[in-house]
Amino acid sequence: MSNESKTMNQSFVRFFLTAGCDGYAHAVRKSFLVALWFVFLTFPIMVIRVNTIENTVVWHWSRIGYVALAIFFGSFVWRWLLARKELKKDESQNETRVESVLTRMQSNPIFKFSALAVLALAAAVYPWAFNLYQTNIMISCLIYIVLGLGLNIVVGLAGLLDLGYVAFYAVGAYAYALCNMHWGLGFWYMLPVGAVLGAVLGIILGFPVLRLRGDYLAIVTLGFGEIIRLVLENWGDVTMGPSGISSIARPDLFGVKLGVVGSTQYMFYIMVGLLVFTIFCVNRLQNSRIGRAWLALREDEIACQAMGIDKMKTKLMAFALGATWAGMAGVVFAAKTTFINPASFTFWESAIILSIVVIGGMGSIRGVIAGAIILILVPEYLREFAQFRMLLFGAIMVLVMVFRPQGLISAKRKIYTYKVAEAGAANE
Amino acid sequence: MEYFLELFMGGLTRGSIYALIALGYTMVYGIIELINFAHGEIYMIGAFTGLIVAGLLTMLGFPTSAILVIAIVCAIVWAAAYGLTIEKMAYRPLRSAPRLSPLISAIGMSIFLQNYVMIAQTSDFLPFPELIPHFDFMDKVGSIMSSAELVIILATVASCVGLTLFIKFTKLGKAMRATAQNRKMAMLVGINVDMVISATFVIGSSLAAVGGVLIASHIGQINYYIGFIAGIKAFTAAVLGGIGSLPGAMLGGLVLGLTEAFATGYVSSDYEDVFAFLLLVLILIFRPSGIMGKEKTQKV
Repeated sequence: MSNESKTMNQSFVRFFLTAGCDGYAHAVRKSFLVALWFVFLTFPIMVIRVNTIENTVVWHWSRIGYVALAIFFGSFVWRWLLARKELKKDESQNETRVESVLTRMQSNPIFKFSALAVLALAAAVYPWAFNLYQTNIMISCLIYIVLGLGLNIVVGLAGLLDLGYVAFYAVGAYAYALCNMHWGLGFWYMLPVGAVLGAVLGIILGFPVLRLRGDYLAIVTLGFGEIIRLVLENWGDVTMGPSGISSIARPDLFGVKLGVVGSTQYMFYIMVGLLVFTIFCVNRLQNSRIGRAWLALREDEIACQAMGIDKMKTKLMAFALGATWAGMAGVVFAAKTTFINPASFTFWESAIILSIVVIGGMGSIRGVIAGAIILILVPEYLREFAQFRMLLFGAIMVLVMVFRPQGLISAKRKIYTYKVAEAGAANE
Repeated sequence: MEYFLELFMGGLTRGSIYALIALGYTMVYGIIELINFAHGEIYMIGAFTGLIVAGLLTMLGFPTSAILVIAIVCAIVWAAAYGLTIEKMAYRPLRSAPRLSPLISAIGMSIFLQNYVMIAQTSDFLPFPELIPHFDFMDKVGSIMSSAELVIILATVASCVGLTLFIKFTKLGKAMRATAQNRKMAMLVGINVDMVISATFVIGSSLAAVGGVLIASHIGQINYYIGFIAGIKAFTAAVLGGIGSLPGAMLGGLVLGLTEAFATGYVSSDYEDVFAFLLLVLILIFRPSGIMGKEKTQKV
């Protein structure tokens, strides 16, 4: 190793260990105090477990050690991340390495098409190469990607925090389940109906609440989502209450009923098709007139209105379009699981979809896809840690907001280049 | 008539608890314009701390009223510590970020705390010992109002009066009002704004903890999920009264509690939560500034 890189390494270690402090001793003391504080903080809930009926106490003393160690080392990382964020404040617009590689790949047509071809091939082969279980997981991942992309329109592009997104999803699912149960309507009829229902509901809900400012909107949509769930739970005559609706028909292929394996594979292709359609639409919307209006609205509402953009119409459009995808995903979800009940549509579902959008990168299609893959697929394969799943979601949401507010893969604004030479020629 | 009075007192008790939690929301919103989503979780952590302390002390053979006092004090200490830590970790680094960022961070914090308690303790309902003593003189009106309800209402009134006096007359209270009015100006006249914000979180969390222990002892069971619904309802109460206004939060809590009690008593108990959410939606649509709030014009 050359001398230069050695000093580089040393200075990095030094920066890492002493970020935000006056020296090693100060840093260690600070971390020690923080660890002590957290031991105090977590003491009753982590360590003591009482049973007030049998009057017994269980002490988990070892947990103190884990907490102390984790916080002691974690606090170094925390301070380093904070200091790094401070340093990089001015250059935060720059792309990270991964992003620049992705961008370069996208701008190279040969690479782009070959990558797309590989993806298409992988999608075509996937249900044949893997077993039913894997295919099912992949289908739910695809559903979440579609949901994430739909919510991305509302939250990422238009900047409206919607915490009741799952309501539209539930409406789509129940619409299919009920129509199928009572009138035997098939999947292909209900998919567009679900989309329209979602959009109509989005407009009905959006109309009165869109005057509200960001955080009020969040609470009202949350309340709305809970109302829908409670109605589904309590209106037993129509929705069958908490026990839900079972034996919902799977989609048929031109009138041919498929077996379990066949219909799962068919479902997978339907979902891939829907995803491609979604990506196409969202991509086109993003750079359209309405898409630019959304971005403008997100950045500054007043300036946006001053430029002559109809605030109401633009926001309603975002709400309705976002809800459309949720409605469709709901129909697919009902067809995939063949059983739905209100427990599938709690606030946590909204929270998971929101974390996909936030962690992936608000407003970025690539980010949302990456977010869904990480948040849905990884926990599926780490079943032993299932109980830590929501804990990690919460922690990651906070960490991402504090240290990387733009998400894993940040959205890139389309840059329009103005060709001076041609414009000059036209003027002459 | 007796049924009406019973419902009225039940509603008043419920409303008192909402008011206690709503005060924390309203204070935080008044100062940093953030819906502190994790506030409901602080209330839940307060209740859990109370349960743990009460369980330990019961085994050591303390008298019930002493247990109640010690449990409340411990709940206040730990809830305040959590409030302080959350503010420092999840909100302070985002003070100058766009509005959505701290809100999402708060939602993340709320999810984290719920699951933290669920994993560290349990996901089942835990029985909470009855700590509030039974007064003999309440026997005459026992069918209308229990001693526990009396204690809760009195404690709420005392907390509200104490808080109002604190905000009105102490130096810290004045600093809080100044910071709420204009943070930059407050900084210029030498107020330590960071300290004031921390103090706001500590006071709000303490009130929530008091509410948590009292209502848990009254209802008799808790689990990790109680903070979510209570938090949303308390927020409704805060909005109802006009967010940012202290008397508004108290009034809003009572109105919400009574509405819920009468709606469940006379209409249907299945839709209890629906009424609360419906009230929230209607208020926000027709009078977003709340009962006692001031209309604010948006500045460019």
